[in-house]
Amino acid sequence: MADSVWTHLSASPVTWLLATLMAYRFSLAVYEKAGRSPLAHPVAVSVALLVTGLGIAQVPYETYFDGARFIHFLLGPATVALAIPLYAQLKRIRRSWPKLLAGALLGSAASVITAVGIASLLGASHMTVLSMAAKSVTMPIAIGITGEIGGTASLTSALVMLTGILGATTAQGILKRMGMTDPGTSGFALGVAAHGIGASRAFQLNQEMGAFAGLAMGLAGALTATLLPFCLRLAGF
Amino acid sequence: MIDSATKILVFQALGEGAAFAFSIPIPGPVIGMLLLFLYLLAREHEAERLAVFSTKFLRHMALLFIPAAVGIMQHLDRVADEWLPILAALTISTWVSIAATAVVTRRIDHG
Repeated sequence: MADSVWTHLSASPVTWLLATLMAYRFSLAVYEKAGRSPLAHPVAVSVALLVTGLGIAQVPYETYFDGARFIHFLLGPATVALAIPLYAQLKRIRRSWPKLLAGALLGSAASVITAVGIASLLGASHMTVLSMAAKSVTMPIAIGITGEIGGTASLTSALVMLTGILGATTAQGILKRMGMTDPGTSGFALGVAAHGIGASRAFQLNQEMGAFAGLAMGLAGALTATLLPFCLRLAGF
Repeated sequence: MIDSATKILVFQALGEGAAFAFSIPIPGPVIGMLLLFLYLLAREHEAERLAVFSTKFLRHMALLFIPAAVGIMQHLDRVADEWLPILAALTISTWVSIAATAVVTRRIDHG
């Protein structure tokens, strides 16, 4: 009896939708307990839990995704909705927008070129290199870009997550060493290089830093999505 | 709330339609984001009401990443084979990007 109920449930979308929400709720609690350390980021913890659980239960990813796609769909509306905080931020910085636009453009270009270049040089496969191009961009936009340029959404989302954690844990050290102490500049750099995970780290340190990180995340995402597919096409990828 | 959600979906549909109709190699939702941004520039009074919805919605944006990220289970072999180029590329490029952005945006004028 229990066996057949489980067989039925494990094939039903409700189970994997529920499992995703439960894993997320649990991960939020872990994140709070860990003092909101980027190392305990809720996405990382949720993914670890779900991958382990699905492995033990021998449930293929396709079955899981059949339920989880209801959440996945919301990435599209979330991308559109990013225009709203971006608009609110942009009103605050009317005077310095050329400099910030230049920073987002150069920082994003540096991120894509070094990531693709180093991965290629060290012998990563074509698919990995393509999936890496958008790794500094906020997840909903990155998944859209990777679909556009022929990368794999799941690999990209893992790389985006790792980049965010890496940037959020190490940015302060680098910026201090460079003598950069302005919260606006530090926040902006965090947002360009480490998207939303960097931005939430910035908000923990300082409100102003967080605001600039959020702005940087939106600008870098929009610029990368607009320019990267064209540039890769020109470069013959 | 329904009003705001509808507006956001309208812009997503516009973006996806435009991307398809004009074969623009930009993700449809990103075009939708840019269109909504322009719309807000033209109709400032709408921003506040939409912000109430977007703040709530985007607070749990991390949840939306999980279904795609779980797909890493299909790429564990690839990651095991290529962990060194992946890790090196991610680390160096993140640091270079932080440094480059900070140099360009040094001394932001506030206000």
